Amino acid sequence: MTASVDLTGLPADIRTSRYKEVGLMLQAFRRDPLAVVSLVVILLFVLGAVFAPWLTPYPDQGLGNPNIIEKFQPPGPTHPLGTDYLGRDVLARILYGGRSSLSIGFLVVIIAVAIGIPLGAVAGYYGGRIDNLIMRITDVFLAFPPLLLAIAIAAALGSSFINAMIAIAFTWWPWYARLVRAQTLSLRELHFVEAARSMGVSDFTIIVQHILPNVMTPVLVQATMDIGSAILTGAAISFVGLGVHPPTADWGKMISTGRIYFIERPWFAGSAGAAIFLVTLSFNLLGDAIRDVADPRTRRAVS
Amino acid sequence: MTTNGQQEILLNVSGLKMYFPITQGIIFQRHVGDIKAVDGLNFFIRKGETLGLVGESGCGKSTTGRAILQLYRPTAGTVEFKGVELTSLKGESLRRMRRHMQMIFQDPYASLNPRMTVGSIVGEPLEVHNIATGKEKRERVRELLHIVGLNPYFINRYPHEFSGGQRQRIGVARALAVQPDFIVCDEPISALDVSIQAQVINLLEDLQERFGLTYLFIAHDLAVVRHISDRIAVMYLGKIVELTDRKTLYEQPLHPYTQALLSAVPIPDPRKELEREKHRVILEGDVPSPAHPPKGCNFCTRCPAKERALKETGINCDEVEPEFKEIAPDHWVACHLYN
Repeated sequence: MTASVDLTGLPADIRTSRYKEVGLMLQAFRRDPLAVVSLVVILLFVLGAVFAPWLTPYPDQGLGNPNIIEKFQPPGPTHPLGTDYLGRDVLARILYGGRSSLSIGFLVVIIAVAIGIPLGAVAGYYGGRIDNLIMRITDVFLAFPPLLLAIAIAAALGSSFINAMIAIAFTWWPWYARLVRAQTLSLRELHFVEAARSMGVSDFTIIVQHILPNVMTPVLVQATMDIGSAILTGAAISFVGLGVHPPTADWGKMISTGRIYFIERPWFAGSAGAAIFLVTLSFNLLGDAIRDVADPRTRRAVS
Repeated sequence: MTTNGQQEILLNVSGLKMYFPITQGIIFQRHVGDIKAVDGLNFFIRKGETLGLVGESGCGKSTTGRAILQLYRPTAGTVEFKGVELTSLKGESLRRMRRHMQMIFQDPYASLNPRMTVGSIVGEPLEVHNIATGKEKRERVRELLHIVGLNPYFINRYPHEFSGGQRQRIGVARALAVQPDFIVCDEPISALDVSIQAQVINLLEDLQERFGLTYLFIAHDLAVVRHISDRIAVMYLGKIVELTDRKTLYEQPLHPYTQALLSAVPIPDPRKELEREKHRVILEGDVPSPAHPPKGCNFCTRCPAKERALKETGINCDEVEPEFKEIAPDHWVACHLYN
């Protein structure tokens, strides 16, 4: 099989390297206007949270200092989104609130995915006792109402932002474990997995190289959808006094305190709600787009 | 078994059994029975030959191929390949043996990972067995693609960009990558268009000649098997009923099942077909469940020659299991009629 092949004179294929693949993904991504818009929205919120002190004229209010004289100001030129019940500028609160809300959203999902994927893949691939053990553990977690469990864990760990995040992630990972397990179960029977096994590929490589890339689609969709719910759960945990403490800004907290004034003064609960809505929607659309772009089959259809 | 002074034996299978347990209960699983997918096979494959394995769907052909390659660990029996007993191998030593035996799959759509480029699919075995990496690997992959008749510049494409026949060629290239001695072809052409089947068959034959490959060719298409095989084994319900060279099998089939199987092959000449119609053997009934095979001969429930066997030999086929015996040089049959 060492016969050398003369490759000169043949037309060079346009796609010649991995880097070109990435370029092709970006190209396909750029062609999807919804994806670009949602990415921009997410980036705006992230940048807004990072550069909040420089973006708002009221950084002290963003951090929580009250300004009672100006309370319940409707949106206007000095306060584009109005002020809340302590007279704080709502835009400043939204920007600062993005810091805790976005990091809760991201980190909870990242932790949950990081725990759920390996456990689910191992359970699905090996089956048998390991599968039974892991699935019964997820059952235990799923048997509790998620919010209650998160509150219990957060209370046990002590009230802090990091603990709230860990608590939520712990109630979230079983969903990913189940999702990945179900996908793995169907994938491991496919011939390409068997082919890999017949070639002597190790179990680890089979899982990483053959199974996980094919599992990522539903996981990605689930993860982008969960970011929004994670933000909301974070808000609920802050609401009962575990997690983010006042006066630190948090979108969920803004909704929970603003809801009593909502009928007459909808702007500050509404703004926080709109922020959550926009971020969640953008993540959903982004997840959709990433799924299409990452899959070579649908990417070609787009391009 | 004798070799008849011919070429050396590459693979020797004896007493191979592959049972899949049937269990009941959710927490405490009770073992209530077995699906006897493969039930005691004895055969060998000589170096450089093609052994065709034919039989109906569900008779255990594919399971046999997988059990030989240790993709399923056999329940009993031995598989001796290049002088190494495979069933007792584990872990790294088995992994190293995999380099010498490969498989080509039936479904060219399911056997290639849709997320990997052709380059990584064909290159994977090279990396796994530390044969080549990086630039060298890509060079080898191009060479392999060329060998199987694909444009080497397809290396960065994905499986979905190819037709079924091309995909099967990718599968063949992947199997060839590690320069194996033995390839199990698991119905490699039954999922392809008829016009493409011949191409792939010819490719397999060319490769065999070029690299001295040995094939176990699993198929249910008798014409194809006749074309490609040196010797043919006929399987029924987990057992080989007859094994002999191609010529003998097609001209003088001995086992009643083989006779019935061959008489079911249509002849592309209406006059001859009509002529044969008169003494065509049509089997009645269904194949018994492999979970409850008959007590005696597996074929006894449908065998047209059962009464004759009782009359001639006095053996009741329903009760006594026939032995798989070499009744003539290189001709094995499991039937009481020929004992």
